[in-house]
Amino acid sequence: MTIDQQQQEIIEEFSFFEDWMEKYEHIIELGKELEPLAEEHHIEDNLVKGCQSRVWLHADQKDNHVVFAADSDAVITKGLVALMMRVLNDQPAEEVAKSDLYFIDQIGLKEHLSPTRSNGLVSMVKKMKLYAVAYMAKSA
Amino acid sequence: MEDAVLIHESYDVDRLREDFPVLEQTVYGKYPLVYLDNGASSQKPKQVVETMEKYYYHHHANIHRGVHYLSQEATTQYEVARDKARDFMNAPHSREVLFTKGTTDGINLVAYSYGRKYLQEGDVVLVSTMEHHSNIVPWQIVCEEIGAKVVPIPINEAGEIDQEAYASMLGPKVRMVAVNHVSNTLGTINPVKDMIALAHQHGIPVLVDGAQSAPHLTIDVQDLDCDFYAISGHKMYGPTGTGILYGKEKWLDAIPPYQGGGEMIQTVTFEKTTYNELPHKFEAGTPNIAGGIALGAAIDYLNSIGLDRIAAHENDLLEYTTKALLEVEGMRIIGTAANKASVISFLIGDIHPYDAGTILDKMGIAVRTGHHCTEPLMNRFEIPGTVRASFGLYNTRAEADRLLEGVHKVVQLFG
Repeated sequence: MTIDQQQQEIIEEFSFFEDWMEKYEHIIELGKELEPLAEEHHIEDNLVKGCQSRVWLHADQKDNHVVFAADSDAVITKGLVALMMRVLNDQPAEEVAKSDLYFIDQIGLKEHLSPTRSNGLVSMVKKMKLYAVAYMAKSA
Repeated sequence: MEDAVLIHESYDVDRLREDFPVLEQTVYGKYPLVYLDNGASSQKPKQVVETMEKYYYHHHANIHRGVHYLSQEATTQYEVARDKARDFMNAPHSREVLFTKGTTDGINLVAYSYGRKYLQEGDVVLVSTMEHHSNIVPWQIVCEEIGAKVVPIPINEAGEIDQEAYASMLGPKVRMVAVNHVSNTLGTINPVKDMIALAHQHGIPVLVDGAQSAPHLTIDVQDLDCDFYAISGHKMYGPTGTGILYGKEKWLDAIPPYQGGGEMIQTVTFEKTTYNELPHKFEAGTPNIAGGIALGAAIDYLNSIGLDRIAAHENDLLEYTTKALLEVEGMRIIGTAANKASVISFLIGDIHPYDAGTILDKMGIAVRTGHHCTEPLMNRFEIPGTVRASFGLYNTRAEADRLLEGVHKVVQLFG
């Protein structure tokens, strides 16, 4: 699936929730289910520091695709990380670099991507795109 | 005891809430707002907002330099506000009462002006482990320049300054002790009077960060005998961007100005500039006139209720909420000092503060989560942060119950 198809799928998935509580219960579930990040990647270099919660992001290259693994110390942040992974993981570097992540807004969670929230997510997305750009430059 | 009951019974919180229109709203469509983030900033009563409005509509002119009617009127109002602040802190003279932008600004002024005059290479500034970054970083900046260092006084598990350690740390190299009166994260009320007396035995001046004490405690700078005392207007129901720094005249005379500009000068030539008298020497440029006058209105407001009655009301909320929270399984209150102001920092089991805070917010309960600008303190307790509920004069037991309801929801979702 392309990045936009993934986003569309998430938007549909969230459209069934009737109130915020159901939505958050789902995000918490996603957070708990996120594939654990290998211990060796829980390192300072992979740490995306936020004021409120911390995110670890590891990136690798497979063919032209970027492969991410990530984690957070807060469950809600982890759930949002899981959504980001669904959209951006294992996608062509070029697509990741130019992606427009509109789904967060559409599912009513854009407050979590506001810089004042400082939960590490904004920096994580920035970092994901930077990795993509770096891999593109390397393969060019 | 009877008096305490009387104070409590006569405290009409519903009536007081009418002074704060901001509290009347619902958030996220259906939840009546519960504002428990007073430690970060308190809401403003109509009396304060109306004072600002009236000033701008009817009295504004630049102060201290006009011969005309409006300027004199504005100057008088501003200086009356200064007198109110002097009374509020029981400072001996109005010239020892400086208007600032807030506590951070006041501490920066002292760190810069006192630090540059008196700190030398190898000297020490003592701060406590529970200081807000605002009472650490300004000292670090000046110490780094000079080759001095900032040394933390340890605290115990309850979140109280280790007084024995403190006494043993005072010595000839220590040039300043900078501590808060009330901890913004833990709520601890520090025994600053005793600490000041001890420092003075060694000839060391003391700055008290009073950002959190001003809205809760009666401040008496003469009784404390502190050398500097900094407070913020916005935490005591006054406007943002206002504050007061009290400094003993002997220090304010001795230390150089913080900023140069208009107002703070006596004469200026290209060869030599001489400085104005106190307090103007430290008040360069056109100040926040409306804010200063409205800070005076906030002081009037607090006095009209009585700080002792406010403290009694808040203590009731503190005890009520603490007791109820402790019944929640896995509850850990960070900061259990014997003497506390109405601040409760807590963690529930392994639940991350961000997760707890997000759910509370969705239920209309405004608390603060994170490290509260006290990272060294979080490191001391080896925690990523806390959830902090901080009460103000308008909070109620019903709101404490809403917090409890929120906490139970958090436990249900994450526990």
